[in-house]
Order: sequence, then structure tokens, then C-alpha cells
Amino acid sequence: MSTDPAISIQGLTHRYGDHVALDAISFGVACGEIFGLLGPNGGGKTTLFRILSTILPLQQGIATLLGLDVARRQDDVRRRIGVTFQSPSLDIKLSVRENLSHQAYLYGLSGRLQRQRVDSLLEQLGLASRASDRVESLSGGLKRRVEIAKGLLHQPQLLLLDEPSTGLDPGARHDLWRYLRQLRQQSGVTVLVTTHLMEEADHCDRLGILDRGRLVAIGTPDELRASIGGDCVTIEPKPGTDLAQLIESQFSVTSTRVGESLRIERERGHEFVREVVEAFPDDVLSISFGKPTLEDVFIQRTGHRFWEEEPE
Amino acid sequence: MNQHSTDSSDRIDRVRSANTFRELFLLPVWTLASRELKRFFRQRTRVVGALGQPLIFWILFGAGLRGSFLPPDWADAGMTYQEYFFPGVAVLIIMFTAIFSTISIIEDRREGFLQGVLVAPIPRSALVFGKLLGGSILAVIQTGLFLLIGPALKFAGLAPTMTLEVTAGNVAAIAAFLFLLAFTLTALGYTIAWPMDSTQGFHAIMSVFLMPMWLLSGAFFPADSGGWLTWVVRLNPLTYGVAGLRRLMSPGGRMIESSSLPSLGACVAITVVFCAVCIWASVWLTGRQSSKDTR
Repeated sequence: MSTDPAISIQGLTHRYGDHVALDAISFGVACGEIFGLLGPNGGGKTTLFRILSTILPLQQGIATLLGLDVARRQDDVRRRIGVTFQSPSLDIKLSVRENLSHQAYLYGLSGRLQRQRVDSLLEQLGLASRASDRVESLSGGLKRRVEIAKGLLHQPQLLLLDEPSTGLDPGARHDLWRYLRQLRQQSGVTVLVTTHLMEEADHCDRLGILDRGRLVAIGTPDELRASIGGDCVTIEPKPGTDLAQLIESQFSVTSTRVGESLRIERERGHEFVREVVEAFPDDVLSISFGKPTLEDVFIQRTGHRFWEEEPE
Repeated sequence: MNQHSTDSSDRIDRVRSANTFRELFLLPVWTLASRELKRFFRQRTRVVGALGQPLIFWILFGAGLRGSFLPPDWADAGMTYQEYFFPGVAVLIIMFTAIFSTISIIEDRREGFLQGVLVAPIPRSALVFGKLLGGSILAVIQTGLFLLIGPALKFAGLAPTMTLEVTAGNVAAIAAFLFLLAFTLTALGYTIAWPMDSTQGFHAIMSVFLMPMWLLSGAFFPADSGGWLTWVVRLNPLTYGVAGLRRLMSPGGRMIESSSLPSLGACVAITVVFCAVCIWASVWLTGRQSSKDTR
């Protein structure tokens, strides 16, 4: 096997007119990793996904998948990657099996090999009993499974999934992740997933956080959370008071204003909560503290909330 | 760098060596075309739309315009309007089928099916030919049905007696020419549909471009009386498709000597060129890699 990283990206920049969708992104993904791209919608993850899946031309920078340059060896890349888009790519008028066979033919599989691969994926994804049903009659979760089966027919070494749990209920989402981990374990497939869901990001081995076209953080979910010292204290001040100023001068801490509330990172958060409430009993509407979440990481790195429009 | 890539590709290459013409081109073309056929026969209303409407047109216009029709100089004096209109309706069916099958490109793009095809390791020309082949087969099947049903309506009093020549040779020639025409019109529809993102846009083009093109092809009325109309008809490449079909369907009679109806050789040559241009344009449009493909 090759020692190339599964994905290597250097200085990738993409513009739509004046709008910079990706701003000099660089990162690598090792073979066999489940890597997540986390970010709000519009953060650039779909653009990145489309460049990697070879349907958006690369403008600037270098992207190699499995050691192959995406810009120059498009067909070789296409043969080795499996792509599952966020929007469905199934023909709903065809049966599950017909959709899969069609996909197999597109990848040059025919005859017995085609039937074997289709049968084996129908089995693996628990679709065998629905094989002859039209896709239009399937639930969202089953459709998504067919999509994934479709991406795996030609035994790709790298699987790219754009928002794979869109439209899935929690049970189906759980199954999906169990299957991805099983796949990685059995076939050593590398998986790249984009998501805007924090809880989903937690399933990944490593995460890259994208915001406004920039990669603002990268690491395992635990590393990212540990990068925030101590606890996160969130205070909702009474309107009209300059609580941030008061707290900062009294406790010599820095606070971040996130919407209406103040966020402060502090070790021994429970003691800090008591001290703040005792010092400014009339100015605090509510106060809470907790262990840092990935959302806290996002806020710390970007200075704004995950679901927030640009502050200015 | 290249060494690495061959290493990592070993596993896949053992599973499939998709380097043959069959695997890389014929198989994708065939699967895309057969998908078109399956979809068509599973949506019954489409069958009715593409065949039923032209058939009704043929009967109604045939009855309504019978009295006011003057046979053109190349026709036998006794030719009725309905007989004149017969090859024209055949071409209309081809056009409708071509429109219906290429409009699905817009739906495929919108519904997401197309993106799955675009990331597959197939040449873009395979995508084009798959679509064109599927659409053309459907068009030929439906036109063939019309050519069988039409004359039989005589027994129901809905069609006149027509002087058609039916030999094994000319049936094969008609089928081949229908296929050529179907490929041409499907490719023409493809070049219109590919850049579009809404089916409404396609309907607009259909009303202002495709329908007039058919109306001015000698399919609906003869235009050999001189004036600007004659010129428009002569410059319309579809005119040669309709005329070629007329000549193949009744090779005898006064048509032979007439110079106002293009010769069969000219019809075939011009249609082949028109077809080649439309196919080239379809492949060229599809090959352009643009960010639009991904929307």
C-alpha cells in the first residue's frame, strides 16, 4: 500500500466572483481516518467537497487524493473515490437494484462482478428485502443507505460524504455512523464527511473547522475541546449594564460577547460563578457554566456563534 | 509522484481494468439509454402525450383543412391534406419525443441524478450519447407506431387512402432515416436543455424556436409559391428531414421528377450534417467544466 496521505490540500483558494469561498486552506487526512469538516452553511465546506469530488474546477492551490492530483488526473481520482452528495442522486422511478446496477455500469462493472457487488452491498446495508422496490417508495433513511451503497460499489479507497445525515432520524444517523466505522475497520476506507452538526462531528477521528472559507481549527474532538482552558461560563447580563467591563476589571479575565451574552473561559468555573453572582447580584439575569463543547471551540476561534450571521 | 499513484491504484485495477472501449464508453451509454427507456415506460402519461397529441392533430387538421388544400406541384393531383400531413406528423412525434427526453436533463440536474453521473469516470461524450440514444429509440418506436396506426385509421373513416409504398427495402430505409432524424432532434434538444436550469425556459424555447422550425419545414404546409416563406423553408435544415421522409415513403409518382422537393441525396446529406453539428454542440457543451454543473 502507498504511504501517501488519503487527502492532501495545500493553499486551496476558490472564488465565486469577488466572494472568497475558500481562503488558502491546507490540511491532510491520513489513510483510514474518518475526518470531519465542520462548519456553518456557507462556511466553504460544500465548495471544498465539490473540488475534491472533481465536479468543481480547482482554481488555485494543490489538492491530491490518494497521491493523485485532482486537477490533472481527474479520471484516475474518480475511479478511486466514492461520492455521496447531500442532495439525492437516485432515480426514484427505478428500483433500488436498478439504481445500483446503473451505477455499477457507469464504473465499468458488468456481468457477474456487477451482480456480486450489488448483492453484497444490498446485504451489507440491509437493503436486500427492498431491492426490487422503487426508490420513490423508500423512507429517507433507506434512500440514504442506497446512496451510500452507490458510492461503495466500485470499492473506493476514499469515501466523500456531504452532510450524510441530512433528513435522517437519530436512529438512522446512529446506524450510519456505525456502518462507517465498520467500513473503515474492515476495508481501511478513508472517510471525509462534511457536517454542520456538532454531535455528528464528535463521531469523527479528527475535525477541521471551516468558517468563512478559512480553516480555523484542526484536531481530534478531544484536543479541540482541551484547547479551551478550563470551563466555559456564560452570563446573560441585565440589559443596560456594562457587566463585561465590570467583570473584566474586577477578575482580570477576558470575555467574549456572543450575541446578548458574555462568554468567559475560566478554570474552576463553579467558584467563578459564585464570585460573579456575589459581586454583581443585580446585573446578572442568568449564569451557567459547563465543560467546553465543540461549539465553544468554534466561538473561541471565530468570535461568533455557529449560527450567527457576520457580526458587522 | 506517479509511482505512488500506481501503487495505490493496484487494488482497484485488479478489480476492474476499465480501460476498454466497451467498459469506458459502450457500457455507460447503454445503461444511460436503458434508464431513459425504463423511465419512459413507467410514466404512462408521457406515452400518451408524445403519440396521442400528434395523432389527434393529424386527424383534426386532416379533416379541417381538407377543403382548402392545394397539392404542391410535386404531388399527385388527388393528394389529400391528411396524406400530405402524414410525414409531417411523423416528424412532429420525433420532435415531441426529443423534447420530452431532453427536458429530463434539466430535471436530472435539479433532482441531483446528474451529479452522480458527472463524478463517474466516464467521458462526457458517453453521457451525451446515452441520452441521445435513449431519446432516439423512444422516438423511433413511437413514430413507427404512428406509421402503422395512421393508415389503419382508414378503416375507421378517420384517414384517407394513401399511396404508400411498403417494401422490405424502404421500411428499413425509413427506419434508418427516422433514427437519423431522431438523433438529430434529440441532439438539438440537448443543446437547448443542457445550459438551462428551469423547464419553463425550455418550454419558452420550444414555442418560439422548435415549433416554428417544424411549422416551416414543409411538414404542415407546402411553401413552394415563392416569396420570403420559401426561403425560410429552404434554409431550415429540418425541411430536408421532412422531404427525405416523403421521398422514402412514396418513392414513385410525380415526386421523382420534381425539382421543388429536394432530392433524396440532398436530404440525407443535409440531415447528416445537421445531425453531426448538433451532436458536436452537445458534446462540446457537456465537456465544458463549469461551476454551474454542480448547482
